[in-house]
Amino acid sequence: MAQLIGGLATSHIPAIGGAIHKGKQQDPYWKPFFDGFPPISHWLAQVKPDTVVVFYNDHGLNFFLDKMPTFAVGAAPEYRNADEGWGIPTTAPLPGNLDLSWHLINHLIEREFDIVTCQEMLIDHACTLPFKLFWPGHEVAPVKIVPININTVQFPLPTARRVYKLGQAVGEAIRAWDSSERVVVLGTGGLSHQLEGERAGFINKRFDLQFLDSMESNPEWATQFSDLELVEKAGTQGVELLNWLAMRGAVSAGGASVKKVHGNYHIPISNTATGLLALEVA
Amino acid sequence: MSPTPRAIPGTTPFDGTMARKGYSLNKMCFSFNDKANRDAFLADTEGYMRQYALTPEQADAVRSGQVLQMLAAGGNAYYLAKLAGIFGLDMQDIGAQQTGVTKDEFKAKLVAANDQ
Repeated sequence: MAQLIGGLATSHIPAIGGAIHKGKQQDPYWKPFFDGFPPISHWLAQVKPDTVVVFYNDHGLNFFLDKMPTFAVGAAPEYRNADEGWGIPTTAPLPGNLDLSWHLINHLIEREFDIVTCQEMLIDHACTLPFKLFWPGHEVAPVKIVPININTVQFPLPTARRVYKLGQAVGEAIRAWDSSERVVVLGTGGLSHQLEGERAGFINKRFDLQFLDSMESNPEWATQFSDLELVEKAGTQGVELLNWLAMRGAVSAGGASVKKVHGNYHIPISNTATGLLALEVA
Repeated sequence: MSPTPRAIPGTTPFDGTMARKGYSLNKMCFSFNDKANRDAFLADTEGYMRQYALTPEQADAVRSGQVLQMLAAGGNAYYLAKLAGIFGLDMQDIGAQQTGVTKDEFKAKLVAANDQ
C-alpha cells in the first residue's frame, strides 16, 4: 500500500513569487520568511515523496462565481499556471497523478463527500508557490500532484469540522491506495490576514500561535469555530487556514501520530502573518 | 437555525447577498486574468464597463478608484485584486487607502503586530 509520510503547510502570497523571481531570499525583509524552509527541504530530499496532495484555495484564476464548488478535486494529467491578472511570470506546469486522483475521487464519493471533479484545472500561486519554496533548487519539483480546492471565496464556507473530515477521508484513501508510492499532503494559505474593508491589515498573533500549537498537539482545536468565527479571529483571508486543517486531518487519519520536523512564524510578508510547518508521520 | 453571528467591525463577509449584488463587477474583474482584457479596459474603461453591464453604483466605484466603494458595490477581494493591479496598487497601497493612513503607516502597523 502507499505510504503517507507526512504533512506540509505554508502561507502563500503572490509577492513571494516576485521575490523568488528576483532572487531576494536573503534581503532583510524576506530572509526571516525564507530561512524557515531549508530544514524542510532537507527533510524532503531524504524522504523523497513521489506525489503531493495539495489542499489550497483558488483566487479567481480557475473558478468564478458562476460555478463555485465547495470542494473540487483535480483529475488532470498536468496542471498549468497562468496569469492571475498581474502579469507575474508563470511557473512551469506540474504533472498530475491520475491514478491517485481517481482513487481519491472514488473513495471520497463513497464516504459521502459530493465533490466536483476537474479534468482541466489551472492552478494559481496558492498551489504553485509551495513547490518553489519546498524544492528551491528545481525548475519543476520532482513530484506529481493532486490538487484539491477548498472554497474560501464565497460564504458560507465549508465548516472547519467538515474540512477536517475531508482531510481524514483523503488520508484514509492514500493509505488504502494499492501503490508503492510515498505521498505527502500539503495545506497552503493563512495565517491571520485581512485584505479588505476598514479592518484591512488585521493580524492576530495570539490566535496564530495557538493554532500552530494545535497543529502539533490538538489538531481538532480549530474545528470548534464557524466560518464567521474564523473571520473574527483570523481575518477574511485568514480563513485559508482551512487548508491546514485538511492537511492535518489527513496525516492523523486512522490515529497515526506525528512529530514536528520544523516550523516557522513571521510577521509580516505583504499583509500576512506567515506560518510554516512540516510534520512527519511517526 | 444557528444563532445570528455578531457583526465583525470593518468587515462584510462575501455571502450570497454580496455575491448577487456584485456579480457583474466581479465578472468584469475575473476577465482581467487576460492581458488583452486589461488593455481593453484601459483603452476604453466606460465601454468595457458597459460590456459587463455594471450597475451605476459599481461603475461609480470603479471610476473613484476607492476600494471601500467597490466592496460596498458587491466586489469580492479576490477578484478586485486584479483590478487593483491594473491601477498599479499593491496590497499595502490598498490597505492604506481603506484604513485612511499613509502606506508607511500601514506597513508600520503590520510590523507592530509582532508586539501583540
